[in-house]
Order: sequence, then structure tokens, then C-alpha cells
Amino acid sequence: MLWISCPWCGARDESEFLNGGEAHVACPLAPMSAQWSDYLFFHDNPRGLLRERWVHVYGCRRWFNAVRDTASHRIVATYRNDEPVPETKS
Amino acid sequence: MSGFRLGHGGAHIDRARPLSFSFDGKTYRGFAGDTLTSALMANGIAIVGRSFKYHRPRGIIGTGFSETNALLRIGEGARATPNIPATRVLLTEGLVAHSQNAWPSVNFDLGRINDRLRPLFAAGFYYKTFMWPGWRLFEPFIRRAAGNGRAPKLPDPDIYDTRERHCGVLVVGAGPAGLMAALTAARTGADVVVLEADAHLGASLAAGTDRIDGMQASQWAADAETELSARNNAQILRRTTALGYYDHNFFIAVEEIEHPGLRQRLWKLRARQVVLACGAFERPVLFANNDLPGIMLAGAMEEYIARHAAAAGRAPLFVTTNDSGYRAAIAARQAGLAVQGIVDPRPESPLAEKARGLAIPVYCDSVVERAEGNACVCAAQIAHGGGHKTIACDVIAMSGGWSPAVQLFTQSGGTLRFAEHIGTFVPNKSAQAERSCGAAAGAFDLAEVLAGAASAGEHAAKDCGFAAKPQRMPAVETTSVTPSFSRVDPQGDPKTAFVDFQTDVTVADMALAVRENYRAPEHVKRYTVWGMGSDQGKLSAVNGANLLARMQGAEPGALGTTKFRPPFAPVAFSTLAASRGPLFRGWKRLPAHDWHVRRGAVFEDFGYFRPSHYPQGGETMEAAAAREALAVRSGVGIMESSSFGKIELKGPDAATFLDRVCAFRHSRLAVGTAGYNMMLNEFGTIIDDGVVSRLADDHFLITASSAHAERIVRWLEDWLQNEWPLDLVLRDVTTRWAVLTLAGPKAREVLAASGCNIALAAAHFPHHAVRTGEIAGVTVRIQRVSFTGELSYEINVAPAYAEAMADLLWNAGQVFGLVPFGLDALEILRIEKGYIHPGSDTDSRTLPADAGWTSPARRDDDFLGRQSLRHESATAPGRHHVVGFRPLDAKAAIPVGAHVIGGKPHPSQGLVTSSCFSPTLNAALALGLLDEGQSRHGEIVTLWSEGRSWKATVTSPRFFDPRGDRLHV
Repeated sequence: MLWISCPWCGARDESEFLNGGEAHVACPLAPMSAQWSDYLFFHDNPRGLLRERWVHVYGCRRWFNAVRDTASHRIVATYRNDEPVPETKS
Repeated sequence: MSGFRLGHGGAHIDRARPLSFSFDGKTYRGFAGDTLTSALMANGIAIVGRSFKYHRPRGIIGTGFSETNALLRIGEGARATPNIPATRVLLTEGLVAHSQNAWPSVNFDLGRINDRLRPLFAAGFYYKTFMWPGWRLFEPFIRRAAGNGRAPKLPDPDIYDTRERHCGVLVVGAGPAGLMAALTAARTGADVVVLEADAHLGASLAAGTDRIDGMQASQWAADAETELSARNNAQILRRTTALGYYDHNFFIAVEEIEHPGLRQRLWKLRARQVVLACGAFERPVLFANNDLPGIMLAGAMEEYIARHAAAAGRAPLFVTTNDSGYRAAIAARQAGLAVQGIVDPRPESPLAEKARGLAIPVYCDSVVERAEGNACVCAAQIAHGGGHKTIACDVIAMSGGWSPAVQLFTQSGGTLRFAEHIGTFVPNKSAQAERSCGAAAGAFDLAEVLAGAASAGEHAAKDCGFAAKPQRMPAVETTSVTPSFSRVDPQGDPKTAFVDFQTDVTVADMALAVRENYRAPEHVKRYTVWGMGSDQGKLSAVNGANLLARMQGAEPGALGTTKFRPPFAPVAFSTLAASRGPLFRGWKRLPAHDWHVRRGAVFEDFGYFRPSHYPQGGETMEAAAAREALAVRSGVGIMESSSFGKIELKGPDAATFLDRVCAFRHSRLAVGTAGYNMMLNEFGTIIDDGVVSRLADDHFLITASSAHAERIVRWLEDWLQNEWPLDLVLRDVTTRWAVLTLAGPKAREVLAASGCNIALAAAHFPHHAVRTGEIAGVTVRIQRVSFTGELSYEINVAPAYAEAMADLLWNAGQVFGLVPFGLDALEILRIEKGYIHPGSDTDSRTLPADAGWTSPARRDDDFLGRQSLRHESATAPGRHHVVGFRPLDAKAAIPVGAHVIGGKPHPSQGLVTSSCFSPTLNAALALGLLDEGQSRHGEIVTLWSEGRSWKATVTSPRFFDPRGDRLHV
């Protein structure tokens, strides 16, 4: 079970959170078919650092972002939606 | 073997407190402080079980978790627990233990015939032998023969506790390394928790003659325990076994508890830093008949003598590949046993002189080829000085080297490397905030162990923010020995040289697997079952891995080992469930639950306990549901709908927000009216439906299906928080309102008779209207909406009034024949009307148009899913549409999941998603998804399920009152 630091509440057990998939995926503004399908169906799934969305659903109910290493589960950083993406290295 | 109790010694037993216990029905005596194995040994019991496959007699082999043979059933009746290593059982007065896997008894077991039928049972036998004519024919017999103990059939009467604990430094193991690490960390002020599986701290310090700071090592351990116990920043959990090491330093551990009725406690621990000081497991030596009772691990024999004054026999022979076997032999000699010799493959040992000085014959450059004996070992044949020699003995104590207990370390994701000098795997790279020390890290010299452990404890504390003051390292005087080690090839007949005692895997089985081209340890494990079983290879993993490498001509360690997965030791399901019983997932009851009980409801668990039907006078479920549904169609029924989701949205932008997240434009709703609501995801598919009510210009209430309520709240919050900074708040008010639904042509009369102060005539309170008023002085909000197709009022009231309001409506409804109806009747009513359940009648591809709603795709403003509805695939041929099915045989209800078959190119053209027998139409009905279904009304199709088939006509899903006239009365 992961140990996740909510930017609002502090570190809590993973069981208080839900994962919302990849973060910072922009919705195409003037979508053509191909772009729209890419947006819906194709997401990054790297082995290594991934920026993803989490919600502290059994806590403050707020969404935030985390940078997680998908291979080791190490969480490098968590940050609020209104904060800049932190500089991270693998 | 003729085990017995030594006349003196035994650090952990109390000879003043005798205890009686029984084994296989006979009563024996032991002492307080005995383990079950030490007591069995002291009573001269040699055979404690029969082996898994060949039913060979087996005796005690080890201590602690190093026990693959003495797996016993402990306790009786409902408390009987199978497969418990007797080494882990503390003797208590009246303890009852039974052997397993033997019939009629361990001493004479008819299953031994398997040992004579070996060609049938070689590795992979069940893949080969039982192929013809079919595995199914043999499976019941194999299943019956396999496995060890039997689980009790009665409910477990005991209680299991659970606790959670966060700490700074978690130390696993309280041997010399664990104690030193814990002391060092605790002295910095860090919050330290120590887990020790044994009842005693100190582990190997209990035996041996080492001295630390001028005192007996066991005294040093006792002092360390005293200091840790006195600190308020350290907690010692004895008899607590770490079972699993998970991500981010999360552990589960189980604590054995000596308390009547309370059996075990499950600990969930989260540590900032971890020190693994789990020690090492001694390895057996591979020679023919190395599984005879009387053959055990040398360190175990030493430990039984030191801790329990229990000797496995009077004339032991030691066979060792390293110096620790000498230490054990010397301890046995000093305890008064007639040690028959030490067999060592190495040319010489630094301890050989000392052994010879005690009149112990030392056979260097020698190996044991074969153990002799039938029920128990009586001699060993050794290869010595170019010839063979037979040495009589009643115990063979073996030491094939020591393997660090890396199970938890590998669970944490750490990688291993092969340490040539000890012939086994040691921790290489940590994956988490963890340090290994002591024997668990491959250190066996006591001074080196303590220094490494102090460093691990200091750095762990430092990484928690606690700086260590310089401390003096304890002075160590040790006879403990260099870990020099010699690898020995398996000796004698490979068919009786056992690699894995618990699963009966021999050297010959491993060779067969390699001959059949199984190479990787993981593959060989699965083919031969080496390393499986409840001990998960604690004794066999390293021997097997080294053997495989040798057989394949690879460098030792080159093939790696098998993966060690949690749990470290077997654990009862009851412990993991930890007596939460019905609270494991909280029961949710409707606010008027007791009212339904009084009406005779049968409940079903839908997350909430909801009435499925209210049987009268022995009615079946089907009969009750049909009667209730007919009553709603012809008269009036009442049901509680409190469980469906209710979400309020309030603020200047509430209407804007709803327009964006819903498939219909609710900003057009007038205040005081309600509308059908449908929500789509970005794929355009339906995720839920319900009703939206406009309570005020800036105030809306939406409902969601009971099953989807929580998910819909999260979904809305996601869009509001992350995408659109609109000016509104949304609030889940699901549990703030109880809802009682009156449905049926006479619903208005019942509501009027209840004293409701709202004008109810259709002209004032039409379908899809919302009104607020009072019944008996209690505020109610009433929505005239329907999921039954009948005139229907959903009466929202504060939950505290739910039961009283139900009583009031019930009394008011008596003259109108009011009946309570449950979910089974509701299912009939909504299927008759073709009202869908999103997620049941739709799948992840169903767009609104596929369910008959064409208007969303025509909206010209933006909303969730719109882009996908305008995508070419939304109107491409081959979509599944929601349709109705009417079986040609009107009595034949078609099961949900039945497929529409026939036609090309697909064998399945769709499936049945909901089905019932309609009492109103006196016919079976079904809803389903069908390829191009909207253009196929009237077609007769074939449905198939589990070998049966039906003919049915494809229809509109609206079977009853398709124009909805009954809603508007």
C-alpha cells in the first residue's frame, strides 16, 4: 500500500485515495477525428516517472497531481493543481 | 532416534512447572517454556509426520520457521488448526496435537505404498501419468490425496484483533543484530518498534559461549531487552512475525496472543526506516536417505539442548560443510552426548583441534553418502580416506551452510547477489528505505554483526531526523567462526536425496526436470513443486538453486533463485479478516429499515440492505414480486428509495455546469419542474441516468442510481475542480434525505389522505413537477417522477422521520389497498416500461442514440461526450441498440446473458441484459442489446444460453403504455 502525501492534508495511506490516470492531458480544442481518438484512447504508460492525477477521496476530496515511478512506485513529488509541475529526474 | 531430556540446563524451561499435553491421543509431560517440538523430542517421539507424496516417516528437522516435517494439527473441534509447525507452538497445559497425512497412524502408514510406486510419482507426474483418458477422471483422487491437514468445518470461535502502528524505525528480528540496531536507534530518541517471532529475544545468543562486554551473551541480550522495555520510544512485539513487506515500508505482521478467546493480532505497520535483522536459515546436506527421522539441522540440535535441555539422541553424528557444525558438536559433547564424529568435506577446520580434544572423531576430506535405517536413522555410511566407513549413530545433525533470510528483503523489491564464500544469496541493492544487517546480510562473525547492526540503527535513526551520540561498541569475545564453507555435491542414490522435504522433491526429480529442458528456477519450481508448500523453500530454495546451476554447468548463483512472495509464513484467513465480521464492509441500512422488517420484507444486500419482496403466507419470491407489481399497476404500492444518490448544486453557475455535464439542457427547466437526466463520459457512452429537479433559479437537485451514486459525485467534482472554475458548490446529500415512493393509479388518493398540504390535482402538480410542503407538520419535498410507469410521488423527508412517515402513509393507504413492493417488483415494472439500468442494459459502447435518445447528438452547445457523439463511429453501421425481446413461448423467461445467435459474420449478435415474466402482460419479456436492433423490430431471432435456445420477436423496449399516458393522469 502506497504512502501518499496529499498537498492539503499530509501523508496518508493509499486506501484514502483514488488514482485518476495520467495528468496534464490537454483536450484538443478544435478536434479532428484522429486527434480526438488519440485524446480518448492513447495515454503514456512509461516505465519510469509518470505525472498522474489523484484524489483524496476519503479525506479532503481534492484532486492533486503526483509524480510516480511506475516501476518502483516511488512517489517523487505531489503538487496542487495550481502549482507548477515540479522538476523531477528519474 | 531416542530423544530425551538432559538432566540439567535448558535456559528457557521451568522444571518446576510441568505441563501435560497429548499427541495422537497419548498423554505426555513437558515443562513450561517448551515448544511442542522440544517436548516431543524430550519424550522420545521420533516420527511426527508422513511426507507429502511418498508418505515416508519424518521427524523433527529444525526450530522456528525451519521446520518442514513437524506440521501438526493443533487443537480440537472448531479450534483445530492444520499445518502448524510444531516448532512455533509454545507448550500449554492440555494442548492437543495430532499428526497429519498418515493413515492409520504415523508409525504405520498405508500411504507408504507410494514410496514403492515411485515411477508413477516422479516430478511432473500429474502432467504425464493422468493424461489419458482425461485429467477430470483422476482429479478427485489426486485432490483427496494431495495436501496435508484438513481445515475445520466449524466456524472459528476465536477473536482476532487488528492494530495499526506508525513508527520511525522498524527492526525486524531481535537477535544480536536486531537488538544492537534497536538499541542504537532508540538511544537517539527515534520511535522504534522491534518485531520478534520468538517468545524470547536474543536468538542465537541463547546458545553458544560468546561473551559481550565481559558477560554471557545471553545476559547482554537480557540487558538490551531491559533497556528497550524501559524506554518510552521503543516497543517490542514478541511472538510477532512479519509476513509481508510491501510498498513504501508497509508491513503486515501477526502476533500470537496467550489470551483465552483472543488468538492472534494483525499488525499493519508503516515505518519511515526499516532494519531487517531476520537472521539466517541453515541448509540441509544432500545425501541418500537424508530425510530419515533422526536427521536434523545441526544448529537446531544445538538450540534444543541450550534452550530446552532436549537432546534428539544420545549418539549424534555431525555432518557439516562449515565451522558452525563443530560448534554444535562441541555443545552436544559438553552436554554429555556421545558424539560419534564430525564429517567435513574440507581438509581441516580451525575448530577441529578443539573437537578432537573433547574426544570427538573428526573425519576431514569426507562426506556422508547414505543414511541407514528404516523408521529412524541408525548409521551413516561415509566416504573417508579413499574407502567407505559405516558409523553407528542415532542422530545425524547436518549443516550445509547458512542462508540469509532474504524473504522480506526480496518482497520489498531489493535485488540479491551471490556470495561465493557462503555459497548463497545476500542482499545487494535496497529498493526502499531499508537496511539489512547481521546474518540476514551475510555477516556471521559476532563483532562484525554488532558493528554492522549499530551502523544500520544509527543511519536509520538519522534518516528519521535523529542524530546518534557517539557510542562505544561492545567488546566481543567469540568462538564464533569464519564462514568458510565447502560446497558438496549430492551423495548416494539421488532418488532418496531430498532437496525439499515438505514437497518430497529429490535430487533425481531436479535432474529429470533439467533433462526435460526446464532451465529457469521458476520453471523447475512449478514442474517439480520444489520450494512450494507452506514453508516456501526456507530450507530448500538455496540448495535447489545451487543444484540446478551445477546440473546445467552454470556458475553457482548464475541462475538466481525463485522469487519469495508474501506471506513469509502461513496465516489464517480469520487473522487477515481480523474479526471485523459484518463490519468488514459496513452494512448500510435504509432509514425506515425497521418498518420493512415489520412488513415482513426479505432483504438483499445491494450495498444497502434493501427489501427484495414482502412474501405473504409462504409465497415464492416470483409470486410475491408478481403480486406486488400487479398491485402497483392496478392500485397503489409503497417502496423506500432512500438509497439512490442525491446531489445538490447551488450557485450562479449551477445551470451552466449542469448543461456541460449532462446530455440534456437543464438550464431550460423551469423552477419547480423536473426532467430526465442522463450523463455521458467523454466517449459519449451513458454512465448514469436519473432525474434533475430545479428547486430555485440557482439550485438544482440531481439523482443518481444507487450503485453509481458515489462515482457520480466524484465525477462531477473532478470536472468542477479540475476543468471549470465555475461559481457553484456541489454536495452529496444522499443520506440527508429519506425517500418514500408512492406509485400506482391510487397514489394521489393515498397522498391526499396522508394530510399532505400540497395541491395534488394534475393541473397544479403535473408529472415532472417538484413541490415542497408538509405532512403532519413535517417538511417534505415531493417529486412527481416515475420509474414504474405509473403515477408516482417520491416523498423526500429527513431520515429521522422516515419510519414515522412510512407508518403514516401506510395507515392512510389501507383503505386504498396499499401494498409494500420490493426491488423484484420494481424490476418487473421498469422492464415492462423499457426503462434502462445504465451499466446493466447498456455497456461501455452504448451511446444515447443506441438507447433511443437522439436529441443529445443534435445539441449545438458543448457538453461532455458531444465530441464523440459527432464522431463518424457514432453513426457507423454495426452498433448495438437497446431492444425488447418477446419469446414466442410467452411462458419462457429467457435468462440474462443469453446470446442472440446465428447469422454472419459474428456468432453473437447481442445479448439479453434484463429479463422477467410480466404479470401485467402475462408474458415473458426481456431487454437486450442487438446489432442494428432499432431496424430489426418484428424479426424473429434465436437466443441461446448454456445449451438451451429460444425463439423471440425483436420489439421496441417499451412493452407497456408506450406513450406514457399513465404517467400524466
